[in-house]
Amino acid sequence: MSETLFFSLKKRLRSVQGEMSLEVEVTVGPSEFACFYGPSGAGKTTILRMIAGLTDPDEGYVKYGATVWFDSRAKINVPTRLRRTGFLFQDYALFPNMSVRENVAYAQVKRGKNRAVDAILDTVGIRALGDQYPGRLSGGQKQRVALARALMEKPDVLLLDEPLSALDWEMRVKLQKDIAKIHDRFSIPTLMVSHDPTEIARLSDMVYRLDNGRITGSGRPAEVLAVDNIVKE
Amino acid sequence: MVYDLEPLLLSLKLAGVTTFVLFMIGVPLAYWLSRSRSWVRLPIQVLVTMPLVLPPTVLGFYLLLGMSPASLFGHLFLKYLHLRLVFSFPGLVIGSVIFSLPFMVNSVLAGFEGLPPSLAEASRVLGKTERQTLFHVLLPNIKPALFTGLALTFAHTMGEFGVVLMIGGKIPGVTRVASIAVYDEVEAMNYAAAHLYAGILFAVSFAFLVLLFLVNRRFYRGIQ
Repeated sequence: MSETLFFSLKKRLRSVQGEMSLEVEVTVGPSEFACFYGPSGAGKTTILRMIAGLTDPDEGYVKYGATVWFDSRAKINVPTRLRRTGFLFQDYALFPNMSVRENVAYAQVKRGKNRAVDAILDTVGIRALGDQYPGRLSGGQKQRVALARALMEKPDVLLLDEPLSALDWEMRVKLQKDIAKIHDRFSIPTLMVSHDPTEIARLSDMVYRLDNGRITGSGRPAEVLAVDNIVKE
Repeated sequence: MVYDLEPLLLSLKLAGVTTFVLFMIGVPLAYWLSRSRSWVRLPIQVLVTMPLVLPPTVLGFYLLLGMSPASLFGHLFLKYLHLRLVFSFPGLVIGSVIFSLPFMVNSVLAGFEGLPPSLAEASRVLGKTERQTLFHVLLPNIKPALFTGLALTFAHTMGEFGVVLMIGGKIPGVTRVASIAVYDEVEAMNYAAAHLYAGILFAVSFAFLVLLFLVNRRFYRGIQ
């Protein structure tokens, strides 16, 4: 059974436009798909990184149910490797020295459960590519491998950093469907950063508009995107 | 005419030992440099790179002073390890390690810094420790840099002259390496022997660099 993800984060950031203070407070329900969108440099990726523990916030907390991952007051900062998040990087971050199967198997706590690796490769439809190396794969295939790797150990929270931004339209639509299916199946709090209104409308239950480090709008995708004149209902 | 192959064997031995020692020191040092944000990072990186720009005689002179039994370092070595560093093979190894430090450390450092940060981050997110990340993700993906460090260190040590002469002199069988033998033979107008040593040094260096380029080309083809 998955739990709710709570976070309240403050961080001073240096961007191209100068210094900026990132301040967000969000709750993502146990099976909710939430999305951050907004201009580049608004701090969207930093939020995902702070939840995963890859970047330290200046102040605030991150909690998964009753488990505290970060709390600046109590001086708690659980290391990234113990947070059980699945993270999809914009550049996929596949290990070039490992085959598709080895990339996915690397995520296992106990190595050698081949059936589990096969099952997850089946879920994302790339079992036939098991022996290939990442250098030979297309962008869509790479992202599928990254997705399989992130899901291998059934993470508590899934973080997607513009996962489809480098793909062509057709591949995007296909992967959007896969991500939606996977989200339904795993039913865990999922947080995505995206620039693509169609993608946001298709996948997310909640949208947060982030501008200059602050949330300037939130709601159902149709509401928020309609206000911004991005999607006409 | 019988040629004395001892200087060549000594050069090979020195290059082999130096390369091994430098690999064991250089890889952890390069890894630390690639991750450290401490203020000491800069001075250490400068010190590591200094042998590239210093005249070998300057480095050799300071090493000679530092290793002499009259200095603290040389004295401690002599007292506790019973090793006399000046004009001895162990001393040559220490000098060579310091002299070739930038060839190993900077090559490996460039390898670490050339990797996308997301690789190590992905490994951490997948629940792996720093050690697991280093051995399973980082090191296997910088093989060309590791091999470059090894090949350059070996070839560079084979051709070392100034530092070796300063701290080792030219004691046959102990410190008279091939590069010094070339100089000696030329001084003695014995050009045939000089040709032999010089030609073999040239061929070994050439072969090592060819091997380096071939191996690295194969690696990059393999991951594409």
